[in-house]
Amino acid sequence: MSNSPLAVHADHAHRDDIGSRMGMWLFLFTELILFGGMFFLYSVYRFTNQEAFHIAAKELNTLVGTFNTAILLTSSLTIVLSIVAIQKNNRKLSIYFQLITVALALGFLVNKFFEWSAKFHHGIYPGGEELLAKSKGEILFFGLYYVMTGLHGLHVIIGMVLISWMTVYTAKGIVNKDNYVKLETAGLYWHLVDIIWIFLFPLFYLIT
Amino acid sequence: MIEKNQMSEEHSHSYGIYILVWLGLMTLTAVTVAVAGINFGALTVATALLVASIKSFLVLKIFMHLNVEQKVFKIFVGAALFFIIVSFVLLFADYSFL
Repeated sequence: MSNSPLAVHADHAHRDDIGSRMGMWLFLFTELILFGGMFFLYSVYRFTNQEAFHIAAKELNTLVGTFNTAILLTSSLTIVLSIVAIQKNNRKLSIYFQLITVALALGFLVNKFFEWSAKFHHGIYPGGEELLAKSKGEILFFGLYYVMTGLHGLHVIIGMVLISWMTVYTAKGIVNKDNYVKLETAGLYWHLVDIIWIFLFPLFYLIT
Repeated sequence: MIEKNQMSEEHSHSYGIYILVWLGLMTLTAVTVAVAGINFGALTVATALLVASIKSFLVLKIFMHLNVEQKVFKIFVGAALFFIIVSFVLLFADYSFL
């Protein structure tokens, strides 16, 4: 359609930044349905197994959870700063901010890895003997814990890939001062991953 | 000075506001962790969710630029949140009477 670069002068080639961002927002709403369903499950199971959820949550390390929250919040800051940097035509700084974001995401996953490993070591994993010996409510808690933080972790990995991709684009100049909507949409995705964690954190780590 | 800020708000390309919001988010995290140690009974979950909602609001409005987006974005996000809340209300309309 009017997307053809031949349509008009090169500097007036059709581009719909608002449409691009709206596309990402619409996708984020489908993510909300995906995670929303799990939050529904969580809320009903927690409501019907309150005691068991409290006992089970004590197994989680609040310190690691808090640390990971700080990491994700900071990574949300750095990705938004990378957009400001590119707006100011500071490509190098933008790339640094993107690299820091990816590094923080990696740090989050490393923490998650050690956290899960420690649980696995204690036999607390889906189908694990230690876990199956626990009450029904506790088994539900850990089932939800693994599915929800696991799916969130998958989103962290996807976000890392997306942002790394944008770093290549920024280095190549495809993402530049006048055209940075790709970086913006990747940023939107990353912030959603952050928002999901903002809710996961108190619901799993802060029930005492 | 104030006038200048208002004028450039639409496309404010400055780092400051984001760093401020980040500090706010970190503070709220510290608050929610600290408050979790106190037993408010049923209010504990409510407090945690309230703090999480404030944090999400900040991320949506500032980091995700909803404050400078066209109105249609805000309407869409509002509609999405509205349906999530309706779903939760209907869900617990069932479960509260078990």
